[in-house]
Amino acid sequence: MDLTLFVWRQRGQLDKGRLEQYAARNISPDMSFLEMLDTVNEGLIAEGREAIAFDHDCREGICGMCSQVINGIPHGPQEKTTVCQLHMRHFKDGDTIYIEPWRAKAFPVIRDLIVDRSSLDRIIQSGGYASVHTGGVPDANAVLVPKQDVDIAMDAAECIGCGACVAACPNGAAMLFTAAKVTHLAMLPQGRVEAARRVCVMTETMLREGFGSCSNHYECQAVCPKGIKVSFIAKLNREYLKSFMGNPGCSTGE
Amino acid sequence: MTLIKNMVGRKIVMSITGLALVSFVCIHLLGNISLFSGPDGINAYAKMLHSLGPFLWVVRLIMAAALGLHMVFGILLTLENRTSRAQKYAVNKHLSATVAGKNMIWTGLLIALYLGYHLLHFTGQMIMPEFSSSRNLDALGRPDVFSMVVHSFQHTVVSVVYVTAMAAVGLHLSHGLQSMVQTLGLNNERTLPVMVKVGAAAALVLFLGYAAIPAGIVSRLVGR
Ligand code: HEM
Ligand code: SF4
Ligand code: FES
Repeated sequence: MDLTLFVWRQRGQLDKGRLEQYAARNISPDMSFLEMLDTVNEGLIAEGREAIAFDHDCREGICGMCSQVINGIPHGPQEKTTVCQLHMRHFKDGDTIYIEPWRAKAFPVIRDLIVDRSSLDRIIQSGGYASVHTGGVPDANAVLVPKQDVDIAMDAAECIGCGACVAACPNGAAMLFTAAKVTHLAMLPQGRVEAARRVCVMTETMLREGFGSCSNHYECQAVCPKGIKVSFIAKLNREYLKSFMGNPGCSTGE
Repeated sequence: MTLIKNMVGRKIVMSITGLALVSFVCIHLLGNISLFSGPDGINAYAKMLHSLGPFLWVVRLIMAAALGLHMVFGILLTLENRTSRAQKYAVNKHLSATVAGKNMIWTGLLIALYLGYHLLHFTGQMIMPEFSSSRNLDALGRPDVFSMVVHSFQHTVVSVVYVTAMAAVGLHLSHGLQSMVQTLGLNNERTLPVMVKVGAAAALVLFLGYAAIPAGIVSRLVGR
């Protein structure tokens, strides 16, 4: 099939950027969206033009690198599907497709469709871990965890850190991402120890990194490729209230 | 102070002040519908309120503080959120955000404008002073709130202003109520979709309840 693409081209942070039109010809419906872009890029390179820069790594929906807003929806029209797992059969011959990078103050564009998502890493660095003393391997089941709690923790741990939630949020907020990390660790005994400090520090880092706050539009949940639920945001809010009640000076002062 | 330095803290301030405001909105409606039982209903209610004396002022001050905080944080959050997503998408499809949710700041500011008018009208009685209840007493010597309200709302323009303002309140709350529950962390996966529906339904009931008063009067069904 043949498609018309409007792709965001931007040389760097200082460049204003613009949408440019490309033709994608002889695209097989079995191709993934990224393979379609590879084909377009091969054509561009053959013509001596600059290839479209986009992020990708695993191409099997687990690394969270691929990050494109397709026709106004982060990761495109298919529910719970990353761009790399999106197939061209979901489009029709003759379709026009708009491809833009994640847009948020905390995600500056590096080039074309590639954005700098290290702000998410800095949220994790600030508190998204459990400090455990490593020693010998502990016995299995030495620490018992209720099945329901494990299930919730595992659901939250599915987040691949792609940042689609931020890209979809009208406020550029990272609440779904942070809520997934906070919930994942707060549900487990190993993570419980530092739960109060963690929620406080991570939410403060969000603000410092330039993310917005949550207005409960739930756009994030609608685009998340891993089905992370906004009920985790309620959990984060509960954890924050608990942390605040325990220590109103919860601020880290950093 | 940490509460306002943290973005979740700020939202909690919004939701608690929002809760105080909605509580007022509910109680105020329960009082106002006494108008449907005629002058004896609402004039007696107004007299009772004024007999509360200092307590009435305590409530007024709490409401003013809640409104002030709510407005300051509402405006602050909106401005901050806009800079966090300064660059717009060329094509942007919203999958779940509602008209009400996206326009909280506008319905909010409309409510603030209306509140100024409403307080000057029925509390300060500086707008349409000819109907002022403190100047016109009823047969029992009470301020005639019933006639003040009825005469005011018989002006179509006044009724339209009030119904419009109540539509703003209804829209604000159709997003605000469920948002408040979520911000306070009172949701789980099961309750969330229920809260979205209950919040919108409650907002509709409040709108219909309030709008019934000017609508009833302007259509001459009430107050003859
Ligand atoms: C009758 C008066 C009002 C009531 C009952 C009310 C109620 C509420 C409630 C319950 C919320 C949800 C809080 C949350 O998300 O946790 C809310 C949000 C909001 N209110 Fe109001 N409000 C009123 C007046 C105003 C006014 C006068 C403004 C003007 C600035 C305003 C601006 C906002 C904004 C911007 C939000 C959204 C904040 C966000 O989610 O980022 N409200 N309101
Ligand atoms: S919550 Fe979902 S959308 Fe957000 S970063 Fe994690 S996987 Fe991506
Ligand atoms: S490339 Fe790894 S998730 Fe898409």
